[in-house]
Amino acid sequence: MNVNRVAESLLALSQQEELVDLPKNCPLSENEDEGDSDGERKHQKLLEAISSLDGKNRRKLAERSEASLKVSEFNVSSEGSGEKLVLADLLEPVKTTTSLATVKKQLNRVKSKKVVELPLNKEKIEQIHREVAFGKTSQVLSKWDPIVLKNQQAEQLAFPLGKEQPAIAPIEHALSGWKARTPLEQEIFNLLHKNKQPVTDPLLTPMEKASLRAMSLEEAKMHRAELQRARALQSYYEAKARREKKIKSKKYHKVVKKGKARKASKELEQLQKVNPTVALEELEKFENARMMERMSLKHQNSGKWAKSKAIMAKYDLEARQAMQEQLAKNKELTQKLQVASETEEEEGGTEEVEELLVPHVVNEVQMNVDGPNPWMLRSCTSDTREAATQEDPEQLPEPATHEVSESEGERPVAEEEILLRDFEERRSLRKKSELNQDAEPAGIQETKDSSSQEVLSELRALSQKLKENHQSRKQKASSEGTVPQVQREEPAPEEEAPLLLQRPERVQTLEELEELGKEDCFQNKELPRPVLEGQQSERTPNNRPDAPKEKKEKEQLIDVQNLLTTQSPSVRSLAVPTTLEELEDEEERDQRQMIKEAFAGDDVIRNFLKEKREAVEASKPKDVDLTLPGWGEWGGVGLKPSTKKRRQFLKAPEGPPRKDKNLPNVIISEKRNIHAAAHQVQVLPYPFTHHRQFERTIQTPVGSTWNTQRAFQKLTTPKVITKPGHIIKPIKAEDVGYRSSSRSDLSVIQWNPKQITTRHSKELKKNSRLSSWKSDSQEF
Amino acid sequence: MGEMETAPKPGRDVPPKKDKLQTKRKKPRRYWEEETVPTTDGASPGPPCNKKNRELRPQRPKNAHILKKSRISKQPQVPKKPQEWKNPESQRSLSGAQDPFPGPAPVPVEVVQKFCRIDKSRKLPRSKAKTRSRLEVAEAEEEETSIKAARSELLLAEEPGFLEGEDGEDTAKICQADIVEAVDIASAAKHFDLNLRQFGPYRLNYSRTGRHLAFGGRRGHVAALDWVTKKLMCEINVMEAVRDIRFLHSEALLAVAQNRWLHIYDNQGIELHCIRRCDRVTRLEFLPFHFLLATASETGFLTYLDVSVGKIVAALNVRAGRLDVMSQNPYNAVIHLGHSNGTVSLWSPAMKEPLAKILCHRGGVRAVAVDSTGTYMATSGLDHQLKIFDLRGTYQPLSTRTLPHGAGHLAFSQRGLLVAGMGDVVNIWAGQGKASPPSLEQPYLTHRLSGPVHGLQFCPFEDVLGVGHSGGVTSMLVPGAGEPNFDGLESNPYRSRKQRQEWEVKALLEKVPAELICLDPRALAEVDVISLEQGKKERIERLGYDPEAKAPFQPKPKQKGRSSTASLVKRKRKVMDEEHRDKVRQSLQQQQQQQQQKEAKAKSTGARPSALDRFVR
Repeated sequence: MNVNRVAESLLALSQQEELVDLPKNCPLSENEDEGDSDGERKHQKLLEAISSLDGKNRRKLAERSEASLKVSEFNVSSEGSGEKLVLADLLEPVKTTTSLATVKKQLNRVKSKKVVELPLNKEKIEQIHREVAFGKTSQVLSKWDPIVLKNQQAEQLAFPLGKEQPAIAPIEHALSGWKARTPLEQEIFNLLHKNKQPVTDPLLTPMEKASLRAMSLEEAKMHRAELQRARALQSYYEAKARREKKIKSKKYHKVVKKGKARKASKELEQLQKVNPTVALEELEKFENARMMERMSLKHQNSGKWAKSKAIMAKYDLEARQAMQEQLAKNKELTQKLQVASETEEEEGGTEEVEELLVPHVVNEVQMNVDGPNPWMLRSCTSDTREAATQEDPEQLPEPATHEVSESEGERPVAEEEILLRDFEERRSLRKKSELNQDAEPAGIQETKDSSSQEVLSELRALSQKLKENHQSRKQKASSEGTVPQVQREEPAPEEEAPLLLQRPERVQTLEELEELGKEDCFQNKELPRPVLEGQQSERTPNNRPDAPKEKKEKEQLIDVQNLLTTQSPSVRSLAVPTTLEELEDEEERDQRQMIKEAFAGDDVIRNFLKEKREAVEASKPKDVDLTLPGWGEWGGVGLKPSTKKRRQFLKAPEGPPRKDKNLPNVIISEKRNIHAAAHQVQVLPYPFTHHRQFERTIQTPVGSTWNTQRAFQKLTTPKVITKPGHIIKPIKAEDVGYRSSSRSDLSVIQWNPKQITTRHSKELKKNSRLSSWKSDSQEF
Repeated sequence: MGEMETAPKPGRDVPPKKDKLQTKRKKPRRYWEEETVPTTDGASPGPPCNKKNRELRPQRPKNAHILKKSRISKQPQVPKKPQEWKNPESQRSLSGAQDPFPGPAPVPVEVVQKFCRIDKSRKLPRSKAKTRSRLEVAEAEEEETSIKAARSELLLAEEPGFLEGEDGEDTAKICQADIVEAVDIASAAKHFDLNLRQFGPYRLNYSRTGRHLAFGGRRGHVAALDWVTKKLMCEINVMEAVRDIRFLHSEALLAVAQNRWLHIYDNQGIELHCIRRCDRVTRLEFLPFHFLLATASETGFLTYLDVSVGKIVAALNVRAGRLDVMSQNPYNAVIHLGHSNGTVSLWSPAMKEPLAKILCHRGGVRAVAVDSTGTYMATSGLDHQLKIFDLRGTYQPLSTRTLPHGAGHLAFSQRGLLVAGMGDVVNIWAGQGKASPPSLEQPYLTHRLSGPVHGLQFCPFEDVLGVGHSGGVTSMLVPGAGEPNFDGLESNPYRSRKQRQEWEVKALLEKVPAELICLDPRALAEVDVISLEQGKKERIERLGYDPEAKAPFQPKPKQKGRSSTASLVKRKRKVMDEEHRDKVRQSLQQQQQQQQQKEAKAKSTGARPSALDRFVR
């Protein structure tokens, strides 16, 4: 604003000057004698006048003057500007904006400086304080929630709160007064004391105790510090190793490797001097490494690098050299060491003895395992192969056939065995039964004979069976096996059957078939019964449920008359309860009663039904006629409201069905027992939302009439117990296991005398909301 | 109300019941005796009963049975305390011997089930976590208490008596003399006859403890005695017709329905009160837990008199003529009245009209009796029929039998035996098992008296039936009639005077208000739903809104200009539409279901569709 204003005024000023120039120049020439100062003043005045012409900018230019004793009108000078205003000066800003830039800068500075906001009024500040305080306090207090909940749900609370002393004395105390009396006890105690076994509770021997005591706290601390150090070092080392592993420079790795090798060789030399045996072991290790190398054949042309080099080798000399180096190395590595051969030879002497017993090939193979020449190995294997091939025609067919025969034979044998076992079992059973039946010692031999005969016969039968089986299989196989024969190209006709027998599936199926057949016949015999039974049982339950249903239906349909007039069986076997004197009287009475009954019965039922109908009618909610005669139509004497209207306004709410709806011989009153209802609970207590929930909690009686004494006491224990004569202090954080920081937490929120501006208040509010939300989220 | 239920409590401080009657007493088995030795031949002092062709069931002691069962049963209810198992201190003993059966003894599930009252089959609506925790607590409590109660069943050591014939033998043919011969002297002494031919047919009543007997002859003879010791308490002649006689809450007070008014005497025969508001009373019933004396009068009024304060609680006009048949339901204290039009009406003092009316007989009802569990009601009518009704909601006859002359009097014993007095003969029927109605096929016992029966009652806690007849009073032995175990705090036959006074005060303090009598005594443990809803409605009216109603959807304010009025409305509309759609969907489903049902019905009922059906509109 200010800038604009100043700029405008300045512009205006310059324009004015231009305009004024002309008339001014004329008089200037005329009265030049008048001093410059006079002219200046005039000029000022003129400027003022001009500026005042502009209605808006009526501000006076600041005119500064020094205080002096004598104030003359001539003495006044425009020292603020200091210089004479030249027209060029005034024109300058039009051309360049340098002077304005500073102004702009100043203005910007002014702008950037923020204006101090107005402080809020007191009420607002207090409100904000309260809100923040509330948020924080509730957050602090929320940690008590679980404890409060626990206490609310606790069956019983005992005050003053404090840890309860165990009521029962520890076993040591109990034992202190006890002494071994019987000899057995004394003996036992002597034994225990000999071994210094603890008799009382702490199950530690004195040794253990001493050991426990031996380790002081400082030692433990030191030990721990050491462990920590070691762990730290390890981690550093690991980190270093990882870093080094990551390094991709080949040169570096080469250097490292070489260094290592050098180191190793040095160490070896040293070792040879110091401890030759260990050095030998080391050498063996090297040897092993070499073997590994040889086995893996890393240095052949198979590697990635080697392949790439092989491609490059045509054109690149270096690559060729590298290849050659590699091959040389390979050779070097794969050469047999002299030392190893020596040892072999040495051992060979011992082995020669064994060679007599063991075939040649085996040893060679063993040697192969140790670490041998590949060329040799190859020859060995070829030898073995040859041997195998030589032996093959002799050996192979035999075991093969044998195997085949075995594998062929095994299963039938197994079958036979199973069958035999079955027969044996049956036989034993039969024997037993026979023994049981006969129970004669003389007959045993005969039975044995008979049994042996039976065995024979059974065996015969069995063999026949087997044969039959085979035959049948054969037949089946021949019928079915034409296609597989062709496919397999094993046309040996003798082997056909066994080969076919070999197949487990068919055999199983056949067996199964037989078994199934047996089972089937068994099942055919057995099953029908259960099925029939099941059917019957099914039928009967079907019938049964039906019957009650029918009965129910009937019951509903049954008249009271039927119900009452059904003939009931009379008691005849009773001792007849009559005395002679009363007989005649009773007969007369009986007759009278008979007549009465004959006539009264129907009446009774009709009356009852009528009564019931009336009761039903009475209990039905009455219709309310809300028709307004004459409303919307003509009214008057003799005029009835139209049926349409009547239908509209009649109200007949239907009540619940009567309890005796399906009980023809009963009238149950539907009236409420108001007096009893007064004793019932009419308002649901707090946590319950449905009456059935609450009912469940009050269904168990509490009184001692229905409960045992213990149960009664437990059910009626007071919820809070206080110790008389003790001060009940409020619960503390320490009691519950918190550290006592609630005070300090609360003290954080204090009345801050600082002014709170609206911005602050907003931030605070936001924070408090956040904090409250956090606390909520913690709760759930 | 609940006091009417059979209390599961075992008798505490129960003195040994020496003179418990059993037809064949067994020698009490001691724990040191071997179990294998069957003590069939008991301590019956008389001659061996083989000649009577009677046989005793080889009885196992109840406890052993339970134990055996419990070892097998692996019930989840029994809370095994793992602490006790794992804690080495509890197991450690000085001798080092280990308990072969550690932990609490297991309890069979069936016994525990008997004491459970919460019906878990009824499903509850979904509940909040807080409510659920309360429900869980309640259920746990119930389980614990029922387990404790089941444990205490062990203390019910006495067993009921029984009578069994040899195979094929009818127990009804065994006469009293045989029984008396077989049992021990103390039990035999319980059978006696009082020959009182002078003062006409007698009615009788035993006190609640079963120790005292009061009887009144029609011609004015009233007497009360300790019938076990035969010590006479009082004997007077009221010089007026005596219709009925009844002990009040204790044996010290005696109500006698005389020709004109109701009189109350003490145990020395001194007349304490004459209640003139109860006139021409024919029958008396005393409701012990409510301290109510119910009187049925010739004038057709049923009057309830509160004997603790001496006020008439209710006088109900039954509107059924002369009332002559009355009995109480011990389970719920409802009075059953038999009427001449063949109905039995059920009454409570709180209601001016009968709670229920059951048409039982074609002729008038002659006698009514209700068993102690409140499950069965036996009625006999002028049509010579004896019927047993189920009182558990259906009120239908379970069994019916025609008796040659009809039963004039009926009574149930504590263990469910039914006795009927027909002329000068009493017939007793027994049920097959416990909690089953007496089967009317075969009488259990019969007995002929010297005159026609006028009053019948089983003695509580004794195997004794008292019969009042024209020739006096007979006390007969009925094995298996009485409950063998009594509650020493509730009704102790051996109580001293001091104990009686103590009990009286306690019973008065626990008196049940008369208005609580209704058909279902457990109704008090239910919420009064009607007034609950009424209260809700009133509250809504008072507040002007429903505080429990679901709050209408209020869209949340959103930022970045998405919270414009239009979008708010749109969101609201969305939710509303969703709800509406749900409703419509539900109603459609309902309609479909109904249609399906209808179709199913139509299919089931409809005949073959004819070709002309297409023209039917």
